[in-house]
Amino acid sequence: MASIWSYANPKKFIDTTDRVLPVLSVLALAALVGGLVWGFFFTPDDYKQGSTVKIIYLHVPAALMAINAWMMMLVASVVWIIRRHHVSALAARAAAPVGAMMTVIALATGAIWGQPMWGTWWEWDPRLTSFLILFLFYLGYMALWSAIEDDDTAADLTGILCLVGSVFALLSRYAVNFWNQGLHQGASLSLDKEENVADVFYYPLLLCIAGFVLLFVALVFLRTQTEIRARRMRALLARERLND
Amino acid sequence: MRALLIRDLRLAVRAGGGFGLGLAFFLIVVVLIPFAVGPQSALLARIAAGVLWIGALLACLLSLDRLFALDWDDGSLDLLATAPLPMEAIVSIKALAHWLTTALPLVVIAPVLAVLLNLPAAGYWPLVLSLLLGTPALSVIGTFGAALTVGLKRGGLLMSLLVLPLYVPTLIFGAEAARRGAEGMAYGTPLIFLAGITCGTIALLPFASAAVLRVNLR
Amino acid sequence: MTLNTTPLQVENLAVARGGLAVLEGVSFSLSRGAALVLRGPNGCGKTTLLRTIAGLQPALSGHIGLEPDAMAYAGHSDGVKPALTVTENLRFWADIFGTSTIETALTQFNLVALKDRPAGTLSAGQKRRLGLARLLVTGRPMWILDEPTVSLDAASTAMFAEAVRAHLQGGGMALVATHIDLGLAEAQVLDLTPFRAKAPALDDFDEAFL
Repeated sequence: MASIWSYANPKKFIDTTDRVLPVLSVLALAALVGGLVWGFFFTPDDYKQGSTVKIIYLHVPAALMAINAWMMMLVASVVWIIRRHHVSALAARAAAPVGAMMTVIALATGAIWGQPMWGTWWEWDPRLTSFLILFLFYLGYMALWSAIEDDDTAADLTGILCLVGSVFALLSRYAVNFWNQGLHQGASLSLDKEENVADVFYYPLLLCIAGFVLLFVALVFLRTQTEIRARRMRALLARERLND
Repeated sequence: MRALLIRDLRLAVRAGGGFGLGLAFFLIVVVLIPFAVGPQSALLARIAAGVLWIGALLACLLSLDRLFALDWDDGSLDLLATAPLPMEAIVSIKALAHWLTTALPLVVIAPVLAVLLNLPAAGYWPLVLSLLLGTPALSVIGTFGAALTVGLKRGGLLMSLLVLPLYVPTLIFGAEAARRGAEGMAYGTPLIFLAGITCGTIALLPFASAAVLRVNLR
Repeated sequence: MTLNTTPLQVENLAVARGGLAVLEGVSFSLSRGAALVLRGPNGCGKTTLLRTIAGLQPALSGHIGLEPDAMAYAGHSDGVKPALTVTENLRFWADIFGTSTIETALTQFNLVALKDRPAGTLSAGQKRRLGLARLLVTGRPMWILDEPTVSLDAASTAMFAEAVRAHLQGGGMALVATHIDLGLAEAQVLDLTPFRAKAPALDDFDEAFL
């Protein structure tokens, strides 16, 4: 099998993802529809939280992806800074709006869930606050990308911003914890704890998470293709100017 | 390196250098707060520490866009980059000059403005200490933001968007220390965290700022 | 540092502006006491080439052999601070480069009478002279100059040529991009037009998106 870096060639990336995308989209759709229908209609109401608990099937996967999207951008930025593969930088750029949207979904569904449970739409709880801060980081990252004309400069600057931002986002997470103890329930899923949500809720949740992951990957592939084509267009225009 | 520091300090205090503008801004913010929240001294005493921190933070932020922009416009930044000074030293000196000309006066004047906001007597030391420990981090982080946006026209607003989220941990620990002090509680822990953040940013962030500046000079 | 190495050796250099090659295959060398004038139409990449040699931006390919700590760069702008006096401006650069005297620079560029004036009150030509006087203050042997005579009158241009000549006689070197005649008869001239990069072929679609 060819080295993974061969996919750093934009042409090869587009060709490969073109073949993968339909499969990926269908799988994402199937997992999402399956998971959501299962979760919404075929699970019992929680004895304490009633039917409101079912928003978990949107809330938890979106929150997971909001963080994982940033992680992916961080990895892609490091790859760009070290190996100078343009596709990597463009993938990071492509992932940012998706991640930001996931953050918004997590915050909005959280508010809708929090209203009946805590009696308030918004609470300055550490988890909520951290997500709000994460959203601000996404905004700054996207704004910097769109503000700089030269593509390589933009890729370098946003890459470094992503590295520095990650450290500060982590710092903020702990600072916020220190600042307010909060009322958000513990993590719904964790690998090291025995105690998770009950199995009836657990399996449809896993399916929803798989659906969100697939959706994210498909969207990032699609958006990266768009970024590559836009980039190629700018390169061709620059080449025209060179010939004058 | 000392030459660069002296030059920057000199430029700041000469005509058009903008020295004192940050102070005036700080004063105005503090004056406006009671107009917005009402003159009850009990309420003002409760929020005084936080308001002073926000005021100092915004005053720091507003003066950042001049940090590299002037040197960029007149070409000195190109010349400095080819001079025998490492870029890391240049950004560190710039941050130091910014702290000395903008942040340090804010720290000095903060207790005076605290009187206007009716800060409890126990809160003065924690306020000054937390500002003294926290403002260097504000200057260093701000230098990074200024380096990111140096080549951009109207980069000021974008810089605020980039820098303010980075200010969150500093603000939380700094304001927390000042607030706890004002309420007569122990404020050692947040102060230690604050000092840690300041030391960490001073040690590491100049490398990022220098890298960013090199990219922007290309 | 041995005297018989070539202080500046450029081999097969390609430079890029905005991600696209503008010049390629540029080779030249500069020995002690020599000057090289770069010529070419606007936008052909003179400035990009000089900035690359000065180390402000990376080369696309090729090799630049430059003695360490030999180079002083002067770009389009003078880097003159209007709020500082002429003396303070020069003194600053002397301190940065670790040299001591600014008197020769003041005399050579006829700035003695102006030395206590704030630089903001100087005319464009006087500012330019101050910017060029900075080169003497750096004490560096290799001057890399980008359009040094912009806004200089005939007399000042002659003054500048004289300063360059004196610098060359003292074993210095100069690499100058200009579109006017400097009156430096001894300088070699390199026309950059033949080195303009050809637009890359379009049949493949590589990492540069072309």
